[in-house]
Amino acid sequence: MRKWISAILLGFVAAGFFIVLSDIPFGDNRMDVAKHYIENGITETGAVNIVTAVVVNYRALDTLGEVTVLFVASLGLGALLYAGKGSSGNKQRASLVVRTGSRILFPLILLFGAYIFVHGHLTPGGGFQGGAVIASAFLLQYLAYRHYSIDRLQFSMVESISGSAFVVVGLLGLAMGGYFLSNFLDKGVPYSLFSAGVIPVLYVAIGLKVGAELAGIVAGLMESGRG
Amino acid sequence: MEVLHNSMYYVGAAALILIGLYVILVKRNLIKVIIGIHLLDTGVNVLLISVGYIKGGKAPIFTGTSLGPAQFVDPIPQALVLTAIVIGVGVLALALSITVKVYQHHGTLDLRKIKGLKW
Repeated sequence: MRKWISAILLGFVAAGFFIVLSDIPFGDNRMDVAKHYIENGITETGAVNIVTAVVVNYRALDTLGEVTVLFVASLGLGALLYAGKGSSGNKQRASLVVRTGSRILFPLILLFGAYIFVHGHLTPGGGFQGGAVIASAFLLQYLAYRHYSIDRLQFSMVESISGSAFVVVGLLGLAMGGYFLSNFLDKGVPYSLFSAGVIPVLYVAIGLKVGAELAGIVAGLMESGRG
Repeated sequence: MEVLHNSMYYVGAAALILIGLYVILVKRNLIKVIIGIHLLDTGVNVLLISVGYIKGGKAPIFTGTSLGPAQFVDPIPQALVLTAIVIGVGVLALALSITVKVYQHHGTLDLRKIKGLKW
C-alpha cells in the first residue's frame, strides 16, 4: 500500500522533472555572469582555475558560510557523541596487510592532501578536497589500529586557528582593499605556485580546517562504538 | 531514442533523485533512509552540473595550451556543487551521529518500533 502511494507520488515528481527539464536543452550555452568570470578571471584574481577563482575570490563570503556550516555540523556531532560510550567496538584485529600498508601510506596521503590544497588555484582540487584526503588518512589509521585515537585538543586548535586565519585575511582585505575578503596581495605571474594573491593562503587555511574537522568527525563516529 | 541520448545526464540525475525519494518514503531502516537522503543529494548535484554543461566544453581551468575561454563549461554550477558536496557530508555525519544515539536509546533502527515516529 505504502509502496504504491509512494510510486504514484514519485510519478508526479517525475512528470514535474520532465516538464521543467524539457525547457532546458542539454549542452546549450546559458552563461551569463560566468562569461565575465571566464574572460577576466585570470587578470582579476590571478588564479588559472576558474572554479577556484569563483569559490575563493568572487564568492569567498559564501565559502566562509560553507565552512561555518561544516563547523556547526561537526560541533553538533561532537555534542551528540561526546558522552556516548557504546558497547560494541572493533573486536577483530586488522590484518597485517592493512596495518603495514597504513603505516606506509599515512605520510604519503597527508602529503597528497597538502599538495591538493596548496595547488588549488592551478589544478583541479582545493581546500575541501585536500582536507577530505587528509581526513581519509586518519580514517585509515582508525581502521588499522583498534586502539588508535587522535588528540582532540590539538585538532580543535588547528581548526580554530585556521578558521580564524580565514576571517583575519578577510579583515585585512577590508582594511587594505576596501571590502571584506578582497584580494589585496600581489597577483603574481599566472600558472606559478606563488600567484593569485590571497587564494592560496585562504585555501591552505580551508584545507587545514576541513581536514581537522573531518578527522574529528571520523574520530567521533569511530570512537562512539568503543567500549 | 534521440531525446534519451541527448539528455542522458538529466535522465540519470532524475533517476537518482527519484530512487533516493523512494528509499526515503518506503524503507523503514534508519540507515537505509540516510542512504536515500544521500542518493537524493548526489542526484541534485549531478543535475546542477549537467545543467551547466556546454556541448564540447572542457573543465574551466586554463592550462597554458590552446584551450581558450570559448571552450569552457559554466564554472558557477561547479562552484555551487563544491559547496553542496561539503554540506552533504556535514548532513550525513550529523544524521549518522543521531542514528548512533537513536540506536543506543531504543536498541533498534526500525522506524516502526521506535515510539513516537509511527505514521
